[in-house]
Amino acid sequence: MKRAPVYEYLLITGIGVAALLIPWLLPNFITQFTFLWVMVVFALTWDLLGGQMGYNSFGNVLFFGIGAYACAVVQRDSGLDYFTALALGLLCAALLSTAVSALLGAGVLGMRGHYFAICTLGLGVAAGEIAGGWEYLGAGSGMVTPQYPGGIGERDLFYYFLSLTITGTGFFTLRRLYQSRFGIAINAIRDDEDKAEAMGLHTTRYKTVAWCVAAFFLALTGGAVGNLIGFIDPRDVAFSGATFGVWMILMAILGGKGTIWGPVLGAAVFHLTQELFWNFLFGWQRVALGALIVLIVVFFPQGILGWVREAWPERFGQCVDTDRQGGEETR
Amino acid sequence: MTTLLEVQGVSKRFGGIVANEAISLSVPEGGIIGLIGPNGSGKTTLFNAIVGYYPIDAGSIRFEDREITRLRVPQIARLGLLRTFQQTRIYGRMDCVHNMLISTPHAHQGLWSMLTHFPREDREKAESLLEFVGLYSKRHLLAGDLSFGQQKLLEFAMALMNEPKLLLLDEPTAGINPTLINGIIERLQRVNERLGITLLVIEHNMSVIMNLAQELHCLSRGRLLASGTPEQIRTDQRVIDAYLGVQ
Amino acid sequence: MDNITILLDAPILLVQLLLDGLLAGAIFALAAYGMALVWGVMNIINVSQGEYVMLGGFVTVLLAEAGIHPMLGVPLVALLLYLLGWLIYRLVIFRIVDRDLFISLLATFGISILLQQLANQIFGADVRTAEGELGTSFLFNGMVTIAHIKLAAALIAVLTGGALWLFLKKSRLGQAIRATAQNARAARIMGIDTDRVYATTFALNAAICGAAGALVAMTWIIHPYFGLVYTIRSFMIVVVAGLGNLLGVIAAGLGLGAAENFAGFVLGVEYQAAFVFTLLVVILLARNLLLGRKRQYLK
Repeated sequence: MKRAPVYEYLLITGIGVAALLIPWLLPNFITQFTFLWVMVVFALTWDLLGGQMGYNSFGNVLFFGIGAYACAVVQRDSGLDYFTALALGLLCAALLSTAVSALLGAGVLGMRGHYFAICTLGLGVAAGEIAGGWEYLGAGSGMVTPQYPGGIGERDLFYYFLSLTITGTGFFTLRRLYQSRFGIAINAIRDDEDKAEAMGLHTTRYKTVAWCVAAFFLALTGGAVGNLIGFIDPRDVAFSGATFGVWMILMAILGGKGTIWGPVLGAAVFHLTQELFWNFLFGWQRVALGALIVLIVVFFPQGILGWVREAWPERFGQCVDTDRQGGEETR
Repeated sequence: MTTLLEVQGVSKRFGGIVANEAISLSVPEGGIIGLIGPNGSGKTTLFNAIVGYYPIDAGSIRFEDREITRLRVPQIARLGLLRTFQQTRIYGRMDCVHNMLISTPHAHQGLWSMLTHFPREDREKAESLLEFVGLYSKRHLLAGDLSFGQQKLLEFAMALMNEPKLLLLDEPTAGINPTLINGIIERLQRVNERLGITLLVIEHNMSVIMNLAQELHCLSRGRLLASGTPEQIRTDQRVIDAYLGVQ
Repeated sequence: MDNITILLDAPILLVQLLLDGLLAGAIFALAAYGMALVWGVMNIINVSQGEYVMLGGFVTVLLAEAGIHPMLGVPLVALLLYLLGWLIYRLVIFRIVDRDLFISLLATFGISILLQQLANQIFGADVRTAEGELGTSFLFNGMVTIAHIKLAAALIAVLTGGALWLFLKKSRLGQAIRATAQNARAARIMGIDTDRVYATTFALNAAICGAAGALVAMTWIIHPYFGLVYTIRSFMIVVVAGLGNLLGVIAAGLGLGAAENFAGFVLGVEYQAAFVFTLLVVILLARNLLLGRKRQYLK
């Protein structure tokens, strides 16, 4: 496998140190940064399917919502103390969500192209509609998550580090996966699934595992965000196709599909833009979001990293000839 | 020689069109067998039926004495029966080395293996095969950036990486610069001799297939017209008529 | 499940549900016909389909408030939406016609969000309806009611669909559209201005959807967020019927209308949207199973 260049390790270390110091350096923006980490998980898990595997899901928010509800239900009904219940809730959320994705995967991942996209879109919305009518989950009025047993500042700090942990684990898991046989296999599926099948690749297995990994991390994030917001609305928080659901796609494309850093970059840029400008749009944010999607998709579909890659291909290890270069590249 | 692939009475219709009608042929282990016939005679349909793309209407296909008629494409591929495509198919946005690596045999891969890195032997084998087809210097280019002929060579190398027992080649010299065709013939023969891979080849270029194959089958309008050595086929009046369009 | 016992006690309700469902289904079929047209000619799955229905509905509501009867408003709505469709084609769609499916899918999805939120800002998030009372007939001793406006709406839907069909069959431009659908490159070589064909197709689709929206507004209710459900309904109908199968579209549309009405009654109205989206997933899964059994995935 190609060894990661030195600057990548520097970048990771730099971001890691900054992430650990932010609560003390920028204490007033701690919630914004918590959401930044959440956005990074959104973009990364979407890109796992959309960018790396070529399966453009419009309904990954399904797993986020399942996670949010599962965690909240365990917290409500388990009768344990706050932190034990939260830990158990997150565990159940991740397990349930992964199980659902594995079950659905067998059927849904057999679809190609727009059938997959629209089917997942339907799944996400259907889940929101069902949750909105289900009394056990509070129906249309949603669920309130338990009160944090401590001060506001402590609560913010706790959830900052919780989401940072989820994001960090997710990032390194995906990074490791992309470097292994798994990463190359899902790239092959993206480039030509018929060929991959003709070569004997276990395509269904790879696709399902990819979806399960995405579902796992989305569910953890869902559990955390439900508690962070303190309230779970079926259509506007848990299964919010018009916000989180679309943002994931937009962030991944903006940063550059099919790379590990693209979604991270896209999430940062999008989140920053959103925090800076969104509040000045007074209710027109979502109109702007629609326009932004059209603009990016039509004029900038390759994303920031994709554009960089087109400009300097050799930086990404594409080169012709010479044994010397080759020897270094292929360890 | 034992029989590797046994096709018996295979028929395939698309609506009212008969693409294959009661075709029987066998491929002996270690041989190079040619499949010829005018355009639209059902050669590619037969290929697709063998490797599992179409359900056949009648007949049976056996590979190593095992019925594969009802198996699906990836299962058949994992048994060691592989095909290349007429319109070359490679993984365009991955570099050549990755194209090769992901083509290692998948038959014995468990769940855990998907998380592993590729062992050193795989990389070495990938590079030596790329060298064999003459793409070593281009191994870090995206496969989609290669020329058509180079993609064809890459697809061939990928097939070899998969260590098939039987390789079905759909027009390996179509679209290739004529000066390179001899190189391809020579490589196919070396693959057959040294790696022991049996070949079943569709080919339109008569001089190529006459030099390459030990035995030829000629299809015409979905039926098996004639079988025999290149010499017999060359002089067979029915084959000549089929190519010249005599009714 | 209490509602099932009600149904069993009063089977005449079945007739009422079926009737209402079929009348609604005619409108679904109209919107689906438009989607099939764009899908077949331009190879674009227009996710913003339902938004044109929704906008058509709001225009009708505004016209009705200005004193124009919704039925008379239909041609005007269709014309306005035709212009909107043309504008959107000239601004966005022509850039994505030949691009890969995901781009057109996502771009139309963006347009869908844009139109939806614009409507939300301009018309407000309230449920609206266009008043067009025409009286009601009673059948079976008053057990079954038919609002005349619903009958009229279904009739207009059928007439609009028929007119479009005739246009495609007989007119010169219609023939150019069908030729482009079969093979755009060949059509271009034969001197057909495919860009104009695409523009017309997209605008025509918006116009039909607008007309469907007008019919929805006068028989039911309209709301800024109703668009997606109509997109999904259209998609489902086209998937079940197949492209270029007008009779299939009509049958699937009527069937969906009836099925939805029964589901809404049995499960409760709050689950009707959930039913539509779940049905979509089920239909796509079933389609995939059928395809998979044939062991054939190569195009």
